Amino acid sequence: MEIFGIPSQALFGQLLIGLINGSFYALLSLGLAVIFGLLNIINFTHGAQYMLGAFVAYLGLTKFGMNYWLALLVTPLLVGATGVLIERTMLKQLYKLDHLYGLLLTFGLALIIQGLFRNEYGSSGMPYPVPEVFRGGFNLGFMFLPKYRAWVIVASLVVCLATWYVIERTKLGAYLRAATENPSLVQAFGINVPRMITLTYGFGVGLAALAGVMAAPIYQVNPTMGADLIIVVFAVVVIGGMGSIMGAIVTGFGLGLIEGLTKVFYPEASATVIFVIMTIVLLIKPAGLFGTQK
Amino acid sequence: MTNSSTASVSTESNKSLWVAFAIMTAIFAIAPIWVYPVFLMKVMCFALFACAFNLLLGFGGLLSFGHAMFLGLAGYTSAHAAKVWGWNPELAVIFGTFSSMVLAYVVGSLAIRRQGIYFAMITLALAQMIFFFSLQAPFTGGEDGIQAVPRGQLFGLVDLADNTNMYVFVLAIFLAAFLFIWRVIHSPFGQILKAIREHQDRATSLGYDTDKYKLLAFVISGALAGTAGAVKALVFQLASLTDVHWSMSGEVVLMTLVGGMGTLFGPVAGAAVIVSMQNYLAELGAWVTIVQGVIFVICVLAFRRGIIGEIANLIKKPL
Repeated sequence: MEIFGIPSQALFGQLLIGLINGSFYALLSLGLAVIFGLLNIINFTHGAQYMLGAFVAYLGLTKFGMNYWLALLVTPLLVGATGVLIERTMLKQLYKLDHLYGLLLTFGLALIIQGLFRNEYGSSGMPYPVPEVFRGGFNLGFMFLPKYRAWVIVASLVVCLATWYVIERTKLGAYLRAATENPSLVQAFGINVPRMITLTYGFGVGLAALAGVMAAPIYQVNPTMGADLIIVVFAVVVIGGMGSIMGAIVTGFGLGLIEGLTKVFYPEASATVIFVIMTIVLLIKPAGLFGTQK
Repeated sequence: MTNSSTASVSTESNKSLWVAFAIMTAIFAIAPIWVYPVFLMKVMCFALFACAFNLLLGFGGLLSFGHAMFLGLAGYTSAHAAKVWGWNPELAVIFGTFSSMVLAYVVGSLAIRRQGIYFAMITLALAQMIFFFSLQAPFTGGEDGIQAVPRGQLFGLVDLADNTNMYVFVLAIFLAAFLFIWRVIHSPFGQILKAIREHQDRATSLGYDTDKYKLLAFVISGALAGTAGAVKALVFQLASLTDVHWSMSGEVVLMTLVGGMGTLFGPVAGAAVIVSMQNYLAELGAWVTIVQGVIFVICVLAFRRGIIGEIANLIKKPL
């Protein structure tokens, strides 16, 4: 069977890869958007924290025999805790300064974390086995769908939508959105805004780590796995605009799919297509697809 | 970015600047007696790169996180002109500068549509696009880069293969570009740029077309970064992917931060410090990255004025 002269196997295969990449774009840009909303900081360490997530899962498995499910639970908490530490000791001092300092600080932290891991583990990847339950796959007739990949797509969708629900539909989320608009007023109502900021950063970092754990069995665990990814995620964030949580999710998945399609029809451009789309969006709607220009 | 020391760079007291300029010139003129000239040329290339970057960040308040694209592209185009077309080095440098200027116009037009943090992310993303372009385009040589670039004969007369001649050539370009940046900063254009940095809306309400000024600053900065890249390609006879990579964009930010952003001489000092560090710590491998990260963190948390900014603050004079 062929579609537009492309074997359907190849087409659907690339679309699946696109969806997988899109899941990670969505999870990571969601974390960035949540952090940016409250802290006004672009977390350049996000890529390194995603890598940390994968490494904690890998080391947990090889050193302590921690299984995948435990890793899925423990890793975000552990890496999120380091995020809390970073926020308390360093980021906190920068809030009264220009926002660009936050970017520079987190860039420096990313260099440190990635450098330390590259020193220890080199730059070649380490394999992380696919958990037992997810070995094999489904034959959908038109393509073969590995179980683990289906799980990643479903799980990240669930996490994304749950985050959206908490922020947009619950009381806690209402506090969060209020603090984004006017932190001093929210503080005056007796809500501990500094603690909320700390936990928000920890949560965003935890999301990155969760993405890292889920990525470990698909991509190899590698000290630089987050370094180039984060730049693509930045472009995703520029395209979507950071104003809207749903926008970040939709843009993430959508761009993953577009990237997958590009790999089929014009492979030379697959590395740059997201940046090209960013350029076009900037020309047509500078605030981003879901953003509002302040 | 607001920085207390930057406000002190005023037109009234230029004496300290001239003294500092004389000292800097003297150092670069005498240093080759003791220090390896190629190392010094590298310092000057990066100093020019950082000065160009600082024009944008320190005086325009615009953080470009993709300045490596101008350094790298000019390196490729000038190397191509010198090697494949056999152009004279001065023409190759002009061609490299020009190509980065054109790129800066395109990138700048896009990036100034957003402000602050978005500006940084857009420049970074576009620079990554140029990186992939350099990786795939046929004339850049992919992973190998353009090797064995001939330094050629300056004006067809002076052989630049000789390190002394090359040194004088690089020093002349560096000083000329430095004086040019100095002039730009103290021109009415530079003052308006500072006004935009301090308060863009106010500058707009005073009737200035702020986008036009920001774009011009971006183009000048990109073009001069291109000059640095073109000269660097000739010095090392190599144009490679390293110069287009995002880590290079990070390095120039670091140099400016360490030296003191918004100061005239800060980027030069910063470039000297960072290049020396890379040189002497080279055997430590990945530790260089870690040390750079640590310096970033320390500078942002506790040393925001930078070396020259601290000195300027100490002697209460602009530098």
